[in-house]
Amino acid sequence: MTKVTLEVNGKKFSKEVPDHTLLSVFLRDNLNLTGTHVGCDTSQCGACVVHVNGKSIKSCSTLAADIEGSKVTTIEGLAKDGRLHPMQAAFKKTHGLQCGYCTPGMVMSAVDLLQTKKNPSDQEIREWLEGNICRCTGYQNIVAAVKEAATKM
Amino acid sequence: MKSFNYHAPKDVKDASKLASSSSAFLAGGMTTIPSMKLGLASYKDVIDLKNIKKLSGIKVSGKTVTIGATTKHAEVAASKDVMKAIPALAKLAGNIGDAQVRNRGTIGGSISNNDPSACYPSACMALNAVIHTNKRKIEAEKFFTGMFETALKSGELVEAVEFEIPEKADYQKHPNPASRYAIIGVFVAKHKKDVNVAVTGAKSCVYIDKDLSKKLSSNFSVSAIEGMDVKSSGMNSDMHASAEYRANLVSLYAKKAVEAC
Repeated sequence: MTKVTLEVNGKKFSKEVPDHTLLSVFLRDNLNLTGTHVGCDTSQCGACVVHVNGKSIKSCSTLAADIEGSKVTTIEGLAKDGRLHPMQAAFKKTHGLQCGYCTPGMVMSAVDLLQTKKNPSDQEIREWLEGNICRCTGYQNIVAAVKEAATKM
Repeated sequence: MKSFNYHAPKDVKDASKLASSSSAFLAGGMTTIPSMKLGLASYKDVIDLKNIKKLSGIKVSGKTVTIGATTKHAEVAASKDVMKAIPALAKLAGNIGDAQVRNRGTIGGSISNNDPSACYPSACMALNAVIHTNKRKIEAEKFFTGMFETALKSGELVEAVEFEIPEKADYQKHPNPASRYAIIGVFVAKHKKDVNVAVTGAKSCVYIDKDLSKKLSSNFSVSAIEGMDVKSSGMNSDMHASAEYRANLVSLYAKKAVEAC
């Protein structure tokens, strides 16, 4: 067992967990933050993307112990005072989702893109979202959502 | 995933001491963790190198670029120093896996794993890299010994990779659309005296294509290798590409790389 302390969505949590606990498991099972999804569980689909110290990573392929002391932002940490984050609002507005399973990862990944590139081209958005797989909408409206959000962020 | 004991030592000496025949060093874990989850690998001890500060960073001297083992792909891709000294290397790093993998994966992890389809080994071979470990310095050609095998011994870990700055270089990859690993990756580097053409993804281990390298050494142009027959013998054949298709891609991507230099 190992003690892992993380600041998740602005709040500090300390938990004793088995050494091999993945960040995705830590968030979902220990903190009940089930917005972070586990899809393929082999780090290809990106449903589990969260931010660690501001950068997007795949939580299903990261040990919780490995990021001890870090700041984590999950999909639950984006909305402020009951208002959707501009990226979430853009996904809603452009219908960038259907079943919604991949959406938390898509949104977290896209937010990271706009942190480094303010006005990405369609091609840049598609390249950036390489690590996020959606099996129902196709990607047209997801790309449209990121472009929409880029005008608001 | 099977349970293990997690360690995060503060220096290389302690990391080396913890190593055994049933341990793994963790340097990003973008292969190690999925392998453990799939049951392809299991270890008694996982030794995380994240706290060993001296293993991370990029240094450029007159003739070489040295990248610390735990430097992330995203850092290499965004490094102005690397972009200036060896732009092909920054480009290679910027196209590994996806954005999230590049935020975690490291050069030391990549070359120590020596996946036959990984990108970095080809850069090491073409750029006459010297691999610095905690025990010795190893030339790239002697470092990559076979499929998922390297010259590293138990307790030995990569500290840094020192690349020779070429006159010109380029890396061209035909990625697997799902994993982004190279179905074929060709790294062409023109040094003062000769040209190296390193190929990844084609065989069980990265290699230098001697014929292409020789032709380009005497005449560095696309026409020098136009129509050259790359043999498919010994090449991988799988659901993504036959050996013959791979052989054709090697020749095609070598030309693309020369053109882009």
